Amino acid sequence: MVMKTTILKPKKTFSWNDFKEIWEYRELAYFFAWRDIKVRYKQTFVGIAWAVFQPFMAMVVFSIFFGGLAKMPSDGIPYPIFVYSGLLFWQFFSSALSETSNSLVGNANIITKVYFPRLILPISGIVTKFVDFGIASLILVGLMFYYNFTPSPIILLVLPLLLFITFITAVGGGLFLAAINVKYRDVRYILPYFIQMLLFVTPVIYPASITGKWSVLLAINPMTGVIKTSRAALFGNAPINWELLGISLVAVLILLVIGIVFFKKTERYFADIV
Amino acid sequence: MLNSAIEIKNVGKKYNIAHQRGGYVSLRDVITNILKNPFKHAKHKAKKALGRIEKEEFWALKDIDLTIKKGEVIGIIGSNGAGKSTLLKLLSRITPPTTGEIKISGRIASLLEVGTGFHPELTGRENIFLNGAILGMTKKEIVERFDDIVEFSGVEQFIDTPVKRYSSGMYVRLAFAVAAHMEPDILVVDEVLAVGDAEFQKKSLGKLDAVSKAENRTILFVSHNMAAIQKLCKRCILLEGGKIKMVGETKKIIDFYLHRQDKISKLPLEERNDRKGSGNVRFTKCELLTPIPENNTLKLKLSYKNKTENTYTDVKISLSIKDSNKEHITNITNNVLNQRIDIQKGRGDIYIEIMNFNLESGKYMLSLFIATDKMNSEILDSIEDAFMFNIDNNNFYKTGNLPPTRSKVLFNFTFENNN
Repeated sequence: MVMKTTILKPKKTFSWNDFKEIWEYRELAYFFAWRDIKVRYKQTFVGIAWAVFQPFMAMVVFSIFFGGLAKMPSDGIPYPIFVYSGLLFWQFFSSALSETSNSLVGNANIITKVYFPRLILPISGIVTKFVDFGIASLILVGLMFYYNFTPSPIILLVLPLLLFITFITAVGGGLFLAAINVKYRDVRYILPYFIQMLLFVTPVIYPASITGKWSVLLAINPMTGVIKTSRAALFGNAPINWELLGISLVAVLILLVIGIVFFKKTERYFADIV
Repeated sequence: MLNSAIEIKNVGKKYNIAHQRGGYVSLRDVITNILKNPFKHAKHKAKKALGRIEKEEFWALKDIDLTIKKGEVIGIIGSNGAGKSTLLKLLSRITPPTTGEIKISGRIASLLEVGTGFHPELTGRENIFLNGAILGMTKKEIVERFDDIVEFSGVEQFIDTPVKRYSSGMYVRLAFAVAAHMEPDILVVDEVLAVGDAEFQKKSLGKLDAVSKAENRTILFVSHNMAAIQKLCKRCILLEGGKIKMVGETKKIIDFYLHRQDKISKLPLEERNDRKGSGNVRFTKCELLTPIPENNTLKLKLSYKNKTENTYTDVKISLSIKDSNKEHITNITNNVLNQRIDIQKGRGDIYIEIMNFNLESGKYMLSLFIATDKMNSEILDSIEDAFMFNIDNNNFYKTGNLPPTRSKVLFNFTFENNN
C-alpha cells in the first residue's frame, strides 16, 4: 500500500491541488450541507413556512406601498407578481451572501480543531439556500396561474444559468467578506445594512426601465441582469438581453476569482485569529 | 517504504501577541483611528514597514527537529505554554508553521477535542455521521463502525434523541466513541481523556491502549496525566518554552520533568514568569500558616499586590490542589460559598482555612487563580503549580496512629461492636 505523504510548509503556493483537495473532501461538504438542511427543516412546517414567509410578506408589503400607493410602474405586469419574481432571486442572493460571509466565523469551533479545505464551508452553506429558493418558487408558480401567465419554454434553459450567476455572485462576494469578517468582527453588523442598500440599486421593486440613462450604471450590478432576464423569460415583457447576461457572467466569474484568491491568501491564518 | 511517520525539520511558529489576545479588531476602531490621526497612523504604518517598531511577537515553537517512527506511541509533556498545543495544531494542519517543514506519511487524524462540530439539534445518530465526517472518516467507514460506536458509547436508548437533551456525561461518551473508532495511520491526541467520569476515563484509556497496539499505528499523545503517559508511551518529549528540552525514555523524562517542576515551584512567587492573566493583580506570596494541619484545619495566607488604582470587588479566587502525580484533586473557590472578596489598592492578604483536611501524607501542589468575577471576564493572575507543600504525619484521626498506607483520602469513620 502506498501511503500518502503530506508536506507542511510555511508558504504554500496557490495551486490546482487545492481544487483537487476540495474534491477529495466532497463527502464532508455533503455532510455540512446535510447538517444545515436537517437543522433548518427539522421542524418541517416551520422550516418551509419560513422559506415562504419572508419573500411572501415582502411581496405583500411592497405591493401595498409601492404597487398600490406609490403607483410604481411595472412594465405592464401586475405588481405583485412583478415584485415577487424579483424578490425570489434577491432573497436567494442576499441570504447566500450573508451565509457565505458568516461561514468562517460561524464555524470557528470546527476550524480551530480540525483540518479540511476551508472553501467547502461557504459552498456547502449555500445548499440550503437553493432549497429555500425551490420552496419559495412554488408561490411564484401559484401566482403565474392566478394571473394567467405562461412562461416561455426558454425559462428551462435560462433558469439554471440565472441561478448559477446568482450563486457565483454570492460566493465571490461572500468569500471576500468572509475573510474580512474574520479579521474585523464588526463587519457582520454592517453587512445587513449593506445588503439592504444593495436592494435599492437592483431593480427588484422597480423596473430597470425607469432609470433611463443611468441604466448603464445599474448594469454593473450582476443581479440586474439576472432579474431583468428572469422577468423577460417569465412574462415575455421584453426580449432576453443575451449580451447583458454575457457581461454579467464574465463579471461574476472575475468576482469569484478575486474572492477565491483573497480567501486563499488569508485562509491559512484563520485558525490563528478566529 | 519510509520508516518514519513524521519528520519535523527546523520548525518554528511565530505568533503576534495581538493575535494571542483574541486577535480581531473592529473595523470601526481602525477607521476612527485613521480619521482622527491620519498622520500618526501613516507614520506608524511606515515605521512598522521599516521595522523600526519592535513587533509584538513571540515564538510559540522554535527549532523543533524530530523524527517519529512508524508505529511509535510518543508522549508530549511540558508545562502550560510550553508549546504542546501549538505543536499539535501544526501537525493537524490547523495552522501552518512559520519556518521549517513537516513531512507526514500516511493518513493523519487529530483529536484536539471530542465532539467537534456536534450540533445540539441533531440526534445522536446524525451527530455520529457528522462528527465522523469532520474527523475524516468516509461515509462507508462510519456505516461499518456505526454499531460499534453506539455500543461503546452506551447511549443506545437515546440514539434518536437530539443531543441537546443528553446529559453532559452521555454527550462526552458519544463524542469519544466516535473519535475512538477512527483508524488513521497517525493519531494526534490532546488532553481529551480528561473528560467524563472516572470509569469512562479508564475505558477510554484502555481503548487508546488497544488502538496503540494495533499494527503500525503512530500516536502522539499530549497529557498532563503522567500516569496515563507512562502507561501508554515508551518514548516521551519534554517541551519547554517552545523548544525540545529532552527526548527519551518516558520514565526518565517524567522524573526529570517532575523534579524540575518542583524546583520551579520553590521559586518565590514574585519571580515566577510562567503565569497568565492581565497582571493587574499579582499573587506575591503563598504561605502555609500551619505546617501540620491543626485540628485537621489547614490555614493558608495569600498575599497580593494590586498594580492598578482600582478596587476589584467580588473577585473570584480559585485554588486547585494536585497530587505529586499531577492528578487534580479538588478546587476551592470563594464563589461557591458566595463569599465576597474585594481586592483593595496596593498590597493585601487573604486568609484561607480548609477544614477537615483529609488528604494522606504526601506532597501537594497548589495552583492559584484570580479573576475579576465568576465569569472570568478578566483573568488577573494565574499560576500553575504555584506552591508546593508537604503534609507529613497527618494526625487526622487524632489518635497518634498513622493512617493506613495507600490511601488518597481519609474518611471519618467509626467501628462498633455488635455484641
